[in-house]
Amino acid sequence: MSILHTVNKSPFQKNDLASCLSHASDADAVLMIEDGVYGAIKGTKAAAQISAAGATVFVLGVDLAARGISEDKIADGVSVVGYDGFVKLAAEHNAVNSWL
Amino acid sequence: MKFGVVVNEGPYTHQASDSAYQFTKEALAQGHEVIRVFFYHDGVNNGTRLTVPPGDDRHIQNNWSQLAKEHNLDMVVCIAAAQRRGILDENEAKRQGKDADNIADGFRISGLGQLIEAGIQADRLVTFGD
Repeated sequence: MSILHTVNKSPFQKNDLASCLSHASDADAVLMIEDGVYGAIKGTKAAAQISAAGATVFVLGVDLAARGISEDKIADGVSVVGYDGFVKLAAEHNAVNSWL
Repeated sequence: MKFGVVVNEGPYTHQASDSAYQFTKEALAQGHEVIRVFFYHDGVNNGTRLTVPPGDDRHIQNNWSQLAKEHNLDMVVCIAAAQRRGILDENEAKRQGKDADNIADGFRISGLGQLIEAGIQADRLVTFGD
């Protein structure tokens, strides 16, 4: 049983990303979308939490681009995906949990 | 695979309606089935045909109606959330004694049971909101 978690809030606004990362199991995936993509920027507290987490972490590329965040600013261990990847991640895991 | 999609936020608020639309479009493009899109809470505001955004902006409501037409999507607006926010179809307008209705093409008004059913029948239920 694995879960895809989506996080759509900035970690500088809400605590959803940290809560999600601490709940997610090693088999889970976490996808940052919308304002959640601010969590993917390297050198922040969120980036440290991501590297310490067991789950695989992804970020939605179009939402990064919409906020002017280039891919060279992305923390290590975070993979950039498009909507095609989002749908594939949803299909590959047993359930999708949106952290709203 | 069967997907169900839930939209809990109105158009032009943050990004949930746009994200849900892009996700639904991509799921269909990959050959998945989207058995229902359920509009709940402020999400019901996606279903008014009176929306008139500026010409250079995306037309979220039209995008949904167009997608529904192309893929025969079942787009359900929660009745209790809709009545609170003034989203009515012809029957509801008549029943409530209102002089007009405003439900957009491709949307239908029904109850919360439709969300429960989508949760049971879909392999994955994906929620978008604020």
